[in-house]
Amino acid sequence: MACFLAPAAEAIVMTIVKKSMEKKEAQKVVLNSETGASDNHAEAGIPWSRKLSWLTNLLWGGVFLLAIEHIWHGEVVPWPPFLTAMNNPADIMPMLQEIASVGTSMAILVTLVWAVLVIVADHIYKRKSVVVHAAQEE
Amino acid sequence: MCLLITLLAAVTTTIVWYVQAPNNLYRVSTLCFMYWGASLMWLVDGFFCIAEGEPFLEFSSGDALLGFTVVLCGLAAWVIILLYNDPKNVFKPFRKSSPQK
Repeated sequence: MACFLAPAAEAIVMTIVKKSMEKKEAQKVVLNSETGASDNHAEAGIPWSRKLSWLTNLLWGGVFLLAIEHIWHGEVVPWPPFLTAMNNPADIMPMLQEIASVGTSMAILVTLVWAVLVIVADHIYKRKSVVVHAAQEE
Repeated sequence: MCLLITLLAAVTTTIVWYVQAPNNLYRVSTLCFMYWGASLMWLVDGFFCIAEGEPFLEFSSGDALLGFTVVLCGLAAWVIILLYNDPKNVFKPFRKSSPQK
């Protein structure tokens, strides 16, 4: 009924985390430029803000399209209480159970797929960095 | 049908993204993530349907229409994001122009 609310909650949290990571990375770049420290991209790898943007895009994209589906089926309306299940007290408990079971499973699967994506991307990045570094040494 | 159509959209946009990669000027990656995120979520929904004794996929014209509507809404959201970010600075002349006193 409103299963997309669980991934939406995760999306909000991860968006806040991503914004704070972007600020930290920007501060680090400024600090490096002021101290004259070299910015070693090969060792740094893909920034975490970029990795988190993959997760937030997955979550927000899925939440948006699932919201369209729920509007289509009449489960979500653009006026309060927004969730039609809230109009009937007998439907509230099944709705909460669906958010807890289906919604949480959706959030977990998306996060797991993202974690695999991050591992694969890091592996490809390191392999490319090793090849470039070896070519430079030659 | 909705899951299949969204999966088709996800695969198609991933191919388009890869053809253009590493160039991501038009933010095709955002569209890819949108469709893949929705596909994964509907995949979970399908498994829960099986657990409740319902079929994994619903083959009806209504569900197919929903699938196309969802793909269209995804494209519309991507266009809005693209125009807002304006990577080719198409709206730059209009932003820079100041009213004459």
